[in-house]
Amino acid sequence: MKHLAFAAGLLSATAAFAETRELTVYTYDSFVSDWGPGPAVEKAFEEVCGCDLKLVGAGDGAALLARVKLEGARSDADIVLGLDTNLTAAAAETGLFAPSGVRADYALPVSWEDPLFVPYDWGYFAFVHNADAAAPGDFKALAASDKKIVIQDPRSSTPGLGLLLWVKAAYGEDAPAIWEGLADNVVTVTKGWSEAYGMFLEGEADMVLSYTTSPAYHLIAEEDSSKAAAPFAEGHYMQVEVAGKLAATDQPELADQFLSFMVSDAFQSIIPTTNWMYPAVTPAAGLPEGFETLVTPEKSLLLPAADAAAVRDAALDEWLTALSR
Amino acid sequence: MADRAQPLSPWPGILAATGVAALILGTLVAVVLRAEAGTGLGASDWAALRFTLVQASLSALFSVGLAVPVARALARRRFPGRRVLIALLGAPFILPVIVAILGLLEVFGRAGWVSQGLGLFGLEPIRIYGLHGVVLAHVFFNLPLATRLILQGWQEIPAERFRLAAQLNIEGASMFRLLELPMLRQVVPGVLAVVFAICLTSFAVALTLGGGPRATTIELAIYQAFRFDFDLGRAALLSAVQLILTGTAAFLALKVSLGEGFGGGLDRQVRRWDGRGSRVLDAVWILLAGAFLLLPLAAIVLSGVPGLLELPPVVVRAALTSVGVALVSTLILLLLALPMAAAVALGRAGAVEMSGILGLAASPLVIGTGLFIVIFPIADPFDFALPVTAVVNAVMALPFALRILVPRARAVVARYGRLGLSLDMGGWSFVRWVLLPRMRPQIGFAAGLGAALSMGDLGVIALFADPELATLPLQIYRLMGAYRMEAAAGAALLLLALSMGLFWLLDRGGRWHAEA
Repeated sequence: MKHLAFAAGLLSATAAFAETRELTVYTYDSFVSDWGPGPAVEKAFEEVCGCDLKLVGAGDGAALLARVKLEGARSDADIVLGLDTNLTAAAAETGLFAPSGVRADYALPVSWEDPLFVPYDWGYFAFVHNADAAAPGDFKALAASDKKIVIQDPRSSTPGLGLLLWVKAAYGEDAPAIWEGLADNVVTVTKGWSEAYGMFLEGEADMVLSYTTSPAYHLIAEEDSSKAAAPFAEGHYMQVEVAGKLAATDQPELADQFLSFMVSDAFQSIIPTTNWMYPAVTPAAGLPEGFETLVTPEKSLLLPAADAAAVRDAALDEWLTALSR
Repeated sequence: MADRAQPLSPWPGILAATGVAALILGTLVAVVLRAEAGTGLGASDWAALRFTLVQASLSALFSVGLAVPVARALARRRFPGRRVLIALLGAPFILPVIVAILGLLEVFGRAGWVSQGLGLFGLEPIRIYGLHGVVLAHVFFNLPLATRLILQGWQEIPAERFRLAAQLNIEGASMFRLLELPMLRQVVPGVLAVVFAICLTSFAVALTLGGGPRATTIELAIYQAFRFDFDLGRAALLSAVQLILTGTAAFLALKVSLGEGFGGGLDRQVRRWDGRGSRVLDAVWILLAGAFLLLPLAAIVLSGVPGLLELPPVVVRAALTSVGVALVSTLILLLLALPMAAAVALGRAGAVEMSGILGLAASPLVIGTGLFIVIFPIADPFDFALPVTAVVNAVMALPFALRILVPRARAVVARYGRLGLSLDMGGWSFVRWVLLPRMRPQIGFAAGLGAALSMGDLGVIALFADPELATLPLQIYRLMGAYRMEAAAGAALLLLALSMGLFWLLDRGGRWHAEA
């Protein structure tokens, strides 16, 4: 029942290359954008695979998972790239993913044992501020200060959910008290990262929830060292971004080749200055100049995927209660 | 009444309305059918419903309440720059949400121009975040639209009525009671319903300006059901609640919208001889509204200029894609709206108008997902990204187009319908020689608004995004997501300029021989 797609395909040049093997990768939108890793990754992989790599953008990580669930086993996708550890439990539960078989020498601050998903980059959530202003050293100091922060809504944003789990991982049952203390610091809550970061740059808040790697963008791309991330004594919650192979793929070998390529130098060296995250495997040439200036948290926090899924709903209720007063 | 002889057939309009209703309700049903048994509405959903109703009602009341004096002032006064001001009235409405929020905050935020100005006098910065902030932002979006729609009501009053009023020395309060109030009673309920419906589906604006999760709207709850809980059933249920609320508002608006209209005139230019005494008051209204709307726009223009010069070629390509989508979308809009407006004018008001307003109430997320579920089994949804975007944008703009077209279509059918019948004009001849020429300004305005709306709307393209075929709003979001705020601001300025240009061209095209 593909005649409509076929008719559309006839009009496009792809029909002429019908012989070429095609690998379809579903990912989040900012990955495929012209300013993300997508274009460089596509070029590098096509040089070695003799195939056509088709990157397809679908919203963000959570929308991506919803998309895969909607399509189920009939999906055209061979690989899903862009889930994080807050989503992998739900993704594994669908039964749509196959074991990756990939092993690599990961530069992650935590050990990686997941049989299904392969990490490709990671970062620490952090509050970013103007470097010339003093920053609080932990959540309690932040709550006690008159610093204004802008954060993202955990219901619609990945960093927002990250902050929710950060406070939960650091404070457990005391998380509601922390949120009550932070309530008067929160200027507002935004739908996504872009709104919040834009507001911070406009001066609406003293600090914004982002990543420890955010100052690297300003430093490397804009030669501007005026932004810094505040190190917090509780440790920093991590985001690990992963990819997985769909069990129903019609290109299993090509999919395996892509996952191995993903943890190789060619892919990993693209990540730091396009996705502005740490590569999962440090490239032979090391990290780009400027990354050494970033703060390195003394403690890395990350709830195991199953726990993250289990505490999520309760943590959301606590957050809603504390900030709705 | 339906059996009465009519100058043209209402059936194309009824067919169009059925198609629109089928698209909106069909996608909802598709989502419901795909859903596994989910949870019903929880306490937080009811809180979201309450907040949504309160903010949408207040936003509609303030937007329309303020639009009446502004439109009255604009209808009475002629001054240099009036046309430009009226054209700019379309601008806030067509901006991508994220751009408008940042523009508003640059003026009204904690570190905004107003707060800085207050700081010069040692005063505290204003506190924008809260219910009042939500209403302020919604008034910024909708006051201009309401003003244009109500202003058009004034322009529908035939010039001969004002001439007669001047001869009889009718001014001020009497003029208001005899001419303006009856017009407002006809126009205002519909405008209230439209603004209410727009604010009902607000999400990012309400959350950001509302200052936190207190300001959770139904649309945010739908979003949560989709991406946080993956509970399609609850998403569909919430979407149905939105549709019912909007349907009720539209129904009430149609019920209370009274009056017979003013009959036809000779399509002369309106001249006004009244209102000399209230010149100052009118000036104050125009200046206040102008400042309120133009300051955030100025902020957007100022932040955009530096980025405009270094826009990457992909952004320019996206701009061309967007213009193409907007033009196709406008064509679809007119093909739907004109027959529907005619059907309403021919006495088939209820169902056709209701179907026309549903487009506003439908959650783009639900429509997009529904379409995805429908298309996926037969074809790759990505192949249909742009056509689907054009169709959905047209359906979303339909309520506005109908508000613009219906009053005029009614007047034309009432005035010339019998003449057409007595001359035994066929339906098509009536459309071609009577209806379309007399509706030209309204068609131009509706087309302009539809094109501009389509340009600015992120719409369903985000769900079907194809890296090769991005629209301009999508590229703006992508630039922002890649830290490139300056380039994003430049692209937003380009979008603003293109949307305004399209709007201006189409709107002027409709009225090149008449005054704005």
